[in-house]
Amino acid sequence: MGTSEKIYFYPLWLRIWHGTNAMGIIILILTGISMQSSIDSPIIGFNLAVNLHNIAGIIVFMSYFFFFAGNLITGNGKFYRIKKKDFFNNLVKQGKYYAWGMFHGEHYPFPLSEKRKFNPLQKYSYVLVMYLAVPVVIVTGIALLFPEIIIDKAWGVSGVFMTAILHSAMGFFISIFLIIHLYIASVGKSPLENYKSIFTGWHHI
Amino acid sequence: MYFVMCLFLSVWDTQAQSYEDPQHHACLKCHSNQSYSFNNEVTGKVVRRLMNPYYILDTIAISAGVHKPFDCTDCHAAAYKTYPHKSELKLQPLSTCLDCHGGDASFAKYKFEEIESEFKKSVHYKVYGENFNCSKCHSQHTYVATARNSNNVLDIVDYNNKMCLSCHNDMKKYKLVSGHDNPKLVKIHDWLPNQELHFRHVRCIECHTEVKDSLMVSHNILSKEHAVKKCAECHSANSKLKASLYKYQNLQKRSENGVISSILTNSSYTIGTHQSPFLKLLSILIFLAVLSGIIIHSLFRIFKK
Repeated sequence: MGTSEKIYFYPLWLRIWHGTNAMGIIILILTGISMQSSIDSPIIGFNLAVNLHNIAGIIVFMSYFFFFAGNLITGNGKFYRIKKKDFFNNLVKQGKYYAWGMFHGEHYPFPLSEKRKFNPLQKYSYVLVMYLAVPVVIVTGIALLFPEIIIDKAWGVSGVFMTAILHSAMGFFISIFLIIHLYIASVGKSPLENYKSIFTGWHHI
Repeated sequence: MYFVMCLFLSVWDTQAQSYEDPQHHACLKCHSNQSYSFNNEVTGKVVRRLMNPYYILDTIAISAGVHKPFDCTDCHAAAYKTYPHKSELKLQPLSTCLDCHGGDASFAKYKFEEIESEFKKSVHYKVYGENFNCSKCHSQHTYVATARNSNNVLDIVDYNNKMCLSCHNDMKKYKLVSGHDNPKLVKIHDWLPNQELHFRHVRCIECHTEVKDSLMVSHNILSKEHAVKKCAECHSANSKLKASLYKYQNLQKRSENGVISSILTNSSYTIGTHQSPFLKLLSILIFLAVLSGIIIHSLFRIFKK
């Protein structure tokens, strides 16, 4: 492995954002589940869960701006650009590799390089999470912090109720993403390789 | 005895009241007005005076109330029919609610006797004794059984909370009973998140009354030290609200009114998607599917190297 090529994939600002965001999201998921299950023990009090959820939410909200601005300024955003051409084929190819190819000695269909940081499946899921789910969860979360700004009723259903449903459904989607994200990260040269990369910034090709 | 009289009077005298046309009602032509006149026998002059605002009645509200079939003197002394009223009439005790409602099979479903025994455990009775009667909260003139009949939660909450606020947010009335100033409600509920929303969407009694299965509202109003202060008591799948506000049949059916809401919800006060049993099940299934996918994939990675 020492002889393999290394690329500096994750600059410091990105690693700081990734770490902050990860901690925030994990707190949000745990406190979110705690509130949803109405756990009110002396260890995880309901009030504590609500306060932690609010604070972590605001941190994730601010770190999102950091991520967004970082992508605009540094050009890291180009890795998230989706091209129409072969959109579906690439997706299938990568999926097939994870389900079949990697167990049959096939080569990685989209070798990573300076120009390609993410495989198609990775790219699409990151775009879905960072440009759809997280913004929706942030907007609905802010609305729920100030419920008086939410419209009373839409199509006969309470506005607060719909906002809460959307917020936790997106939260659930992000939790599922996190589980898969953490698992897929272990599919590397060695199971721990990718975890090391996000701490050091260097990725072994 | 008294209820027989009440019923008798109500049948016999159905034409007596004309709340729709107060000017032709012997009592309301004065008691729905801002002023009244009488002949001062000492001076021999007709005097016009302002009516005590607490004695002015809302005739529209009376017409909508449950006691509409009754006339004033069914409850107030018949001697009030003479005008000007004799001053000693004020000292006579009024008939109480249980004089009519107590021990009567036709009112059995409202459980007035049980309500009375629960009320006697309440902070209202403990602190103020017999001076605190039903009418302090339930205006006999205008009472409407909103909680039993309306299917709009906000209307029920509004109607109910106004009963509490009529004293707790009124310096004069509160002091009359308690002897001291009323605490500022917004301030003492400072700790409650989204206070305004809570005040509009749940009744004061949700937290301030002990739940009793046999009664719609137990009437055992608790002192503030014993009121519910834990969020999870309501915001959980086993919400206290199911045993209080949503105990009413008319509200339990509310979700059937809209297609979307019937699919989505039957426990609105749980936090998040678990408000909807369908989404709860769906999220568990997705989670299990992802978990099994990961386990199967890991096994392949271990054994199929």
